[in-house]
Amino acid sequence: MVETIETEAPALIGKSGDSMREAFGHALVELAGEREDLVVLDADIAGGTGVHNFRDAVPERFFQFGIAEQNMMAVAGGMASMGLMPVVTTFAVFCLRAVEQARLSIAYSRRKVLIAASHPGLDVGPDGGSAQCFEDLAAYRAIPGMTVLSPADPVEMRLATRAAARHDGPVYMRTGRSPVRRLFDDSHSFEIGRGTQLTSGSDITLVACGVEVGRALDAAELLKQDGISARVVNMPSIEPVDHYLLATCAQETPAFVTAEDHSVRGGLGSAVAESLAANLPRPVEFVGMSDSFGTSGEPDELAEHFAIDARGIAAAAKRALSR
Amino acid sequence: MSATTTETHELATRARRLQLAAIYHAKSGHPGGSLSCTDLLVWLWANVYQGVAPNDAEGGEQFILSKGHACPALYAVGAEFGLITRAEALRLRKLGSPCQGHPHVVDLPWTGASTGSLGQGFSVGIGKALAMHHLERSGFVTVILGDGELQEGEVWEGAMSAAHHKLGNLIAVVDYNKLQSDDWNSSICGLEPLADKWRSFGWRTLEVDGHDYDALDKTFAEARTMSEQPTCILAHTHKGQGVGFMEDSPLWHGSVCLTEEQLRDSLVELDTPEAEINDWIEGSAPRG
Repeated sequence: MVETIETEAPALIGKSGDSMREAFGHALVELAGEREDLVVLDADIAGGTGVHNFRDAVPERFFQFGIAEQNMMAVAGGMASMGLMPVVTTFAVFCLRAVEQARLSIAYSRRKVLIAASHPGLDVGPDGGSAQCFEDLAAYRAIPGMTVLSPADPVEMRLATRAAARHDGPVYMRTGRSPVRRLFDDSHSFEIGRGTQLTSGSDITLVACGVEVGRALDAAELLKQDGISARVVNMPSIEPVDHYLLATCAQETPAFVTAEDHSVRGGLGSAVAESLAANLPRPVEFVGMSDSFGTSGEPDELAEHFAIDARGIAAAAKRALSR
Repeated sequence: MSATTTETHELATRARRLQLAAIYHAKSGHPGGSLSCTDLLVWLWANVYQGVAPNDAEGGEQFILSKGHACPALYAVGAEFGLITRAEALRLRKLGSPCQGHPHVVDLPWTGASTGSLGQGFSVGIGKALAMHHLERSGFVTVILGDGELQEGEVWEGAMSAAHHKLGNLIAVVDYNKLQSDDWNSSICGLEPLADKWRSFGWRTLEVDGHDYDALDKTFAEARTMSEQPTCILAHTHKGQGVGFMEDSPLWHGSVCLTEEQLRDSLVELDTPEAEINDWIEGSAPRG
């Protein structure tokens, strides 16, 4: 007979604090009370994506698929065809695994599904290079009709989740693993296709999304010490990007830096550069992962290592201004 | 189950003529796997979807052709049952046609799902079945899969999840013609023991001759009794069924460009009246 040893449950990583995934999970519970068609799909990582909150509150609308993301993604398309509003949840890297299912069975089929990706970019931290996804924004942005969002703090996360549920079309949205700084108060508003200017500045515009918004604000402080006036723009809507706001900033500042916890190819930086090139061209420096996979480490230490921290953004601003 | 065997045979023959003419005019397409599942489609339309097309927005019977490359057969059967015109079915693969090279649900809602990337239509069908279960709607979801399609890992992800969710309203029909794009299944990546595989995944598994309408009556009757298990029907078929020189040959999987002579020979084999043969070759759909 096996002796039962009484132990406490092990502490789980990153669940405490004000993380985007927790804000996302709570927003889903709130939405469930408002609309009966909302259902949540999980591939055995509800505790990691924040939808454990939904599972516990609304178990009859929580659907488990096991570790099988391709099937789950296409199943969401089928559920949407019957009038439900599916929310597919997994890590960003596994959304990449199922990108072809999102393309055919959701976007091409014009199904309204919210794909919510936790654990994006270096924010994954110690799990290392295999799990750190820097390609998801690029891949999903290339799919016709797909809206792509990356909110910056828990307040904006809640608003973006609600906007995505209202939106008539498929949405890919990054959440986040780590506790993040609160940037907005309850007066904050969110609209798909709109960015917000957070600080004023006349020398350069720093455009950021997700965890990089806080770092861009810190970079603006560093630049101020060097006499450079940087304005910070939060751009949670990557597809469609806010063309009007970018054109306005291009009229008012001579150069740009983009910052994202993602590859510099195909994500926010590309969206901003495409918009500027079409409207009012300006020099742009891109902060992000440059032709590199990630590695194990804590998120802040990795941000410094790969120069996507405040100092990296400030250095990029100086490069842009010297061009 | 009202259609008589003679009527369904005639319907199937007309659908075979139409799909081959459509592939001829498209100058590309997949005749082998279209012909092999034609009798399955005709049986379903004659017995289940007649009068009420599947995939109505309000629910009810749902259908997906997961082996989307066989859509010439689906369009032809849809035309025989009045969902599109024969002239539309003949514009297969043409610019601006609703009859796309693989089914597109935005253009033709009755097709149920946009398919053409193997494995996905099956998962979409699981999503429909799960939603019907959740919404307490009656009716069955029927999905036709190819045998080569079963090599996609997503199919077995789906098979596991459908059994886990006890989707008794889901019927997967495998068009088991034993051939895939380049060669026999057994030479490419063997599927056997296939019935055992489905059973071990928790599916009620039935086998039938996919060209025998009386046998299909019995097998579908059993599949359409509700249980706590999803049902798999292994429908043993012949690739190219109905056209001798295409039967059981990987050469006719496609995508192929049929010559006028090949279309003529096919139509002759399908007992097509001489005058009608010329209509098909010229691209005008015979009436009646």
